[in-house]
Amino acid sequence: MPNQGKPRNRFLFSKALWVLPAAFLLFFFLVPLVKILLVMVSRSGVLSANAILQPLLFTLWQAALSMLLTLALGLPAAYIFARYNFTGKGALRLLTTLPFILPTVVVAAGFSALLGPRGLLNGWLMQAFDLQIPPISFMNTLGAILIAHVFYNTSVVIRIVGSALVQFDPRIEEAGRVLGGSRWRVFREVTLPLLRPSILVAALMVFLFDFTSFGVILLLGGPKFATLEVSIYTQTLSMLNLKMAGLLSFIQLACTFGLTLLYTRLNGKRSVPLMPRLKGEGVRKPHGIFEKAAIVFLVIILIVLIVSPLAALAIKSVLQMDVSTQTTSLTLAHYRELFINRNDAFFYVPPAKAALNSLYYAAVTVLISVGLGLTASYALVRQQGLKRWLDPLIMLPLGTSAVTLGLGFLITFNQPPLDVSSFPLLIPLAHSLVALPFVVRTIQPALASIPASLGESAASLGASPWQVWRKVELPIIHRAIMVGVIFSFTLSLGEFGATSFLARPDTPTLPVAIYRFLSQPGAMNYGQAMAMATLLMLACALAIGLLEKLQVEGSAEI
Amino acid sequence: MNLLEIVGIHKNYEGKPLLKGISLSVSSGETLCLLGRSGSGKSTLLRIVAGLETADSGDVRWNGESVCDVPTWKRQFGLMFQDYALFPHMNVSENVAFGLRMAGMKKAETSSFVHEALELVNMSGFATRSVTDLSGGEQQRIALARALAPHPRLLMLDEPLAALDRALRMELQEELRELLHKTGIPAIYVTHDQEEAFVLGDRIAVLSDGFVEQSGSPEEVYKAPKNRSVAEFLGMSNFIEGKVVSVNPLEVKTEIGLLLPSNCLKPDVKIGDQLLVLIQTTGANLATRQGGINKINGVVSECVFRGDDFKVTISCHETIYVFSLSEHCEMGQSITIQVPDSSIVCLEE
Amino acid sequence: MKKVILVLLIGALLAGCTSKPAGPQTLTVMTHDSFAISEGLVTQFESENNVKLVFLKSGDTGSAINRAILTKGSPEADVFYGVDNTFLSRALNEDLFVSYASPGLAQIPAEFKLDDQKRALPVDYGDVCINYDKAYFASQALLLPQSLDDLLKPEYGQGSGTEGLLVVENPAISSPGLAFLLATIAEYGEDGYLDYWQALKDNGLVVVNDWSTAYYTNFSGSSGKGAQPMVVSYASSPAVEVVYAATPITDAPTASLVGDGMCFRQIEFVGILKGTQNEKMAQKFVDFMLGKDFQEDMPLQMFVYPVNPDAVLPEVFVTYNQIPETTDALDAQLIAEKRDVWIQAWTDTVLK
Repeated sequence: MPNQGKPRNRFLFSKALWVLPAAFLLFFFLVPLVKILLVMVSRSGVLSANAILQPLLFTLWQAALSMLLTLALGLPAAYIFARYNFTGKGALRLLTTLPFILPTVVVAAGFSALLGPRGLLNGWLMQAFDLQIPPISFMNTLGAILIAHVFYNTSVVIRIVGSALVQFDPRIEEAGRVLGGSRWRVFREVTLPLLRPSILVAALMVFLFDFTSFGVILLLGGPKFATLEVSIYTQTLSMLNLKMAGLLSFIQLACTFGLTLLYTRLNGKRSVPLMPRLKGEGVRKPHGIFEKAAIVFLVIILIVLIVSPLAALAIKSVLQMDVSTQTTSLTLAHYRELFINRNDAFFYVPPAKAALNSLYYAAVTVLISVGLGLTASYALVRQQGLKRWLDPLIMLPLGTSAVTLGLGFLITFNQPPLDVSSFPLLIPLAHSLVALPFVVRTIQPALASIPASLGESAASLGASPWQVWRKVELPIIHRAIMVGVIFSFTLSLGEFGATSFLARPDTPTLPVAIYRFLSQPGAMNYGQAMAMATLLMLACALAIGLLEKLQVEGSAEI
Repeated sequence: MNLLEIVGIHKNYEGKPLLKGISLSVSSGETLCLLGRSGSGKSTLLRIVAGLETADSGDVRWNGESVCDVPTWKRQFGLMFQDYALFPHMNVSENVAFGLRMAGMKKAETSSFVHEALELVNMSGFATRSVTDLSGGEQQRIALARALAPHPRLLMLDEPLAALDRALRMELQEELRELLHKTGIPAIYVTHDQEEAFVLGDRIAVLSDGFVEQSGSPEEVYKAPKNRSVAEFLGMSNFIEGKVVSVNPLEVKTEIGLLLPSNCLKPDVKIGDQLLVLIQTTGANLATRQGGINKINGVVSECVFRGDDFKVTISCHETIYVFSLSEHCEMGQSITIQVPDSSIVCLEE
Repeated sequence: MKKVILVLLIGALLAGCTSKPAGPQTLTVMTHDSFAISEGLVTQFESENNVKLVFLKSGDTGSAINRAILTKGSPEADVFYGVDNTFLSRALNEDLFVSYASPGLAQIPAEFKLDDQKRALPVDYGDVCINYDKAYFASQALLLPQSLDDLLKPEYGQGSGTEGLLVVENPAISSPGLAFLLATIAEYGEDGYLDYWQALKDNGLVVVNDWSTAYYTNFSGSSGKGAQPMVVSYASSPAVEVVYAATPITDAPTASLVGDGMCFRQIEFVGILKGTQNEKMAQKFVDFMLGKDFQEDMPLQMFVYPVNPDAVLPEVFVTYNQIPETTDALDAQLIAEKRDVWIQAWTDTVLK
C-alpha cells in the first residue's frame, strides 16, 4: 500500500509522547513511593483510628478554608492584573511571586515581626490605645495558618487565572454587553463560565498545596494543629512509628487521587478552543471612581498581606541592636559576615555558592519539568484517552508526603551512580515531581485552545513538524510556558523538605543555608538568616525579571 | 493533461465509511469545485489530498507519481481553511511571508513577494496590520494571499467564503475566479453552495453518500443532473413522475399534461417506462391560453421579487412548482406556464 | 541570546554530572544537620590516614536515624554520628552498629557510657535548660526560678488563658522539647509529671513546635524580640549568643536556669554501621572523634561539651555557661519503651 510510509511514522511518534513523562513518574515517583510504603506497612507499629480521623478532618477543613480565601483574593487580583494598566503593576506582580520561594521559617519571622505579640501592629496599637496586653493574637492560631496560605498561594491563582484571562477574547465580553448584559451579568454569565477550567485548576493546585502543607502548620499554626503531613512527620521522625506513617501517607495519597478525579469530573467538558488573543487587547487604564477605588483597595490588600512580610525581612536584615544601649541602627554587617568563614567551619558555604547551587538546581528543574510538561501536555491533548490515567498520575506527587517520598528516595537511590552523593540531579528530579503538575496544568489548556487548523495550514505552507512547533505553536503557548517556567523555578528555589534529605552538606541551597543559621542562637545568626533570605528574594526577583524578558520570536508581550 | 489524480480513495470515520472510492482529477489551470452537503466528506477528501489525513486505501498522484509518502509540508499544495487559520501572533505581512520563509527565503527577500501577493488580493495597504483587527472579508483575502504567495503547485480552498455575508460573498466569488484564472494555478474548491460552484468551477464534482455522483462542466451538470439528489442539491425543485408514451420524439405523460423533454439521460427508454422528469425553473413564460404540451396550470401561492425576475410558486394537483418569471403575478391567480423543451430533462434514475 | 542561555543551561547540567575522581579510599559519615567540624581537622584526618571523608546529612536526628534504619544491612555510610540518649535504645534494638572498644573510651567518665557492649560510643553532651532574658528579669526586678516548682509561681505566669513567661517546644517535634519533658518525668515520676504540666499550662505556659520558633519568635532575649523571657534551650546557648553577637559584647544577654532537676542531659553517640566495608578506617575515625583535637573543636563548632575530660574548654564556655550541678537522667531503655506513651499523654494534657 502506498500510504503506509512517513505519515504513519509521524503518527507513531505523537502516540509515543506519553512514554517519557510516564517513565519519569514511574522511575522517580512510583517506584520509590511503593517501595517505602511497603517497607513502612511491613514494620511493627501501633495503629489508632483517632490519630487518623482528627488530622484528616482538620487537614480537609483548613485546606478548603485556605483555598476559598486564596481564591477570594487571587481572582480579583488576577482580574485587575489582566485587565488594567496601573503604575507599579509589574513590580507588584513580581513581588506576589516571591512568597513561593521563601522557607516557612523566615516567613514566620516576617509575620511575627508584623503581627506577633511584639510586632509592629501590636506595638502601634498598644501605644495608640495605651494597652498593657497586645490586642492582636496572631501566631499559633488558625488565622495565622489561613493568612500564611493566602500569602503563599495567591500568586498561583494570579498566574493561572490571569494567563487565561489575558488570552480571553475581549470581543466575547463586548458581545455580551451589546446584547444588553450589565457588566456584572456579563462577567457572571459569560466570562466566569469560560474561565471555569482555569479557576478549577487554580483551586485544585491551591487546595493540594494547603492539603499537604507542613511548615506553615508547624511554625505558624503551632502545636495545637496537626495535619496529615505533620502527623506523618511526627510518626516517622519522632515516634519512629513507620507503620502509622505509612498508613497516613496512603490516606493522603488516596485523598489526592479522589480530589483529582473529582476535578476531572467537574472539568469534564473539553476546553473550548478559542482563537488565542495575544496582543493584550482589552488591557486599559481604569476609568471612573469605582474601578479606581477597587484597584486601589486590592493593591493595598496585596501590599499589606504579601509585600509587607517580605519587606519586614529585608528591613530586619539591615538592622542591628546594641545590647548595652538597647538602640537599633542600620548595618550591613550581616551581609559582610555571610562572606566570612569565621571559625574555619568545614561546611561553611559562601552565600554566592549557595545561591549558585540554588539557581543551578532551579534551572535544571525548569529544564526537566518543562521538557516533560510539554511532552505530557501534547500527549494529553493529542490523545484524550490518556487523560484517565496519566492526568491523576501527574497530579499525585503534589499530594504525597515529602517525608515519605524523601525516605523512599533514600532507600531506592542508594547505590552509585544513582545515589545522593554521586548523583546531584536527584534534587532537581525531586523538585520536578512537584513542579510537573503545575507545568502541565498551565501548558495543556493553552495547547488545547490552539485550533488544529493553525498547524495544518502551516504544514500546507511548507512548514515541517519542527517548524510548525517552533514558529506557530511555541509562540502561541509561550506565555503559558513562561508561567510554568516561573512556577517550577520558584518552587525549586524555595523547596526545603526534599532538599534537606537529598542535599550534600557541601552543596546546600539557600533555604538549607537559612535553616542552618536559624538553628543556632545569636543575633548574628539571626541577622545572617534575614540577609540570606533577602538575597534569595533578590536572586529570585532578578531571575524572574530576566525570564520574563526572554521572548520567543514572534510572540507577544506578556 | 491531468496533474492531480485521486484514485479510489476509501476512508472510514469513526467506524463508518465516509468516502467509498472517490476518483477525481484536476488538470493544468483548471478549477475543480467539490460540491456536497456538510458531512459528505468533501473536507476530508481535501485533507487527504493535502496529506493531513491518510486514506484507508487509494492513491493520490501528482504528475503520475504517488504523493502518499510525501508529508504535507513537502507537497507544495496550498490549503486555505474555512476559518482562515491566520497566525494570531503575526501581522499581515508576516502571515503572508510564512510560506516563503518555510521555503528557505530570508526575511528581507520576502517583501516583494509579499507585496505582490497582497496586491493580487487588493490588500496592499494592510501589510503591518494585526490580523486580529481585520474584518472577515479582509481575513479571507489575507488567507488567500498567504496560500498563493509561495506559488503552490495546487491550491485547495475549503469553503473559504462560508462565513461571509451574501454581498461580500458575491463580490469575492468574482474576484476569486479572476484570480484563479490569472494565476493559472490548478485548484480544488470545496463548497456546499451551488451558485458558488457554478461561478468558480471549470468543472464540478458532486459528492454524495461517499461517492462522486456526477462530474462535469457547470453547464453539463446544471443542464443534465444525473438524478434527483444531484438536482435537488443544485437547487432544483420541479420533479414529476411520468410514463413514456412515445420514444421518437420522446413524449412523457404526466399528471400535469404531456411533456416533450429535449434531453433524456436514461439510455434505451421504451414505451411504458416510468421516468422522473425535471422541469428547470428558468426559461419559462406565462402562456396566454391553457392546453397543449409543455404547459402547467396552477394557482399562484407566492410571488417574490428577486431583482432580475420573480420567483413564482404555483400549486398544481397539490404539488408545488417553482419558476422564474419576468412578470408579476397576483396571489391566488390562476395561471398557465409555458416551459421550453430545453428546460425539460428526463433524469437517469 | 537565547542560544547562549541554552548552552549555559546545558553546560551547567553537564557540570553537575561530573563523576567523582578516583582517588584515595573514602570513609562516609552519616549524621544530622547540626554536625559541624573545622576544615583543618578534616584535612588533618584525611592526610594522616590517606582517606577522603564524605559526610551525609539528612535532616534532624530522627531523620538521620530513620535513614540508617531503612538502609540497614547495606549501609550508605561507614560511621553514624548523632544518635542521642533519647533514641539510643531504638538504634541499638535495630542492631545498627558493631561493637568497637576504642582505646579513647578509657578516659571517658562512666556516666556517659550507656552501652555496655560498646556499640554506641559517647562523643559529647549538652544540657537542655531554660534560658532567660537577663534584661527582662532585671527590669522587672523578678527573682529567678530556682526549681521546676518555682515555675508554677504566679509571677512567672499571668493566669490561664493569657500567655505567661515560659515558652517550651513540642516534644513530638523538637528534641530539646522532648528533653525538657524527660526532665519533668525524672523529677516528678511517671505518676506526677502530667499534674505538673497541667499546672504549668494553668500558669500560662506557651507551647510552640520547634526550637527556632521558640527561640527566635517567642523568646525576648533573642533578636526576634518575642514576648516570653524564658525558653527551653541549651545551657550552651548564652555562650553562642556571645560568639554570634551582632556587635562585640562582653556580657551574654541570656543565661541558663540550672537549679536542681531543671535540666536534662543529652548525650550523643557515634557507632560503626554494621555492614561497612571499611571497618578499620571507621575505627580510626571513632578514635579521632574521641581524641583531644576533635573534642576541643566541638564546643565552638556544635556548641556541645566534650565527654573527654582532657579536652580544654574554650574561654566563652567557661565564662558564660553554667553547668548544672545535678541533671536528671532516665534509663535509655525506659525512654525507648515509653517515649510514645509519654508524648501522647503530654499532648492530651497540654494541647487539648
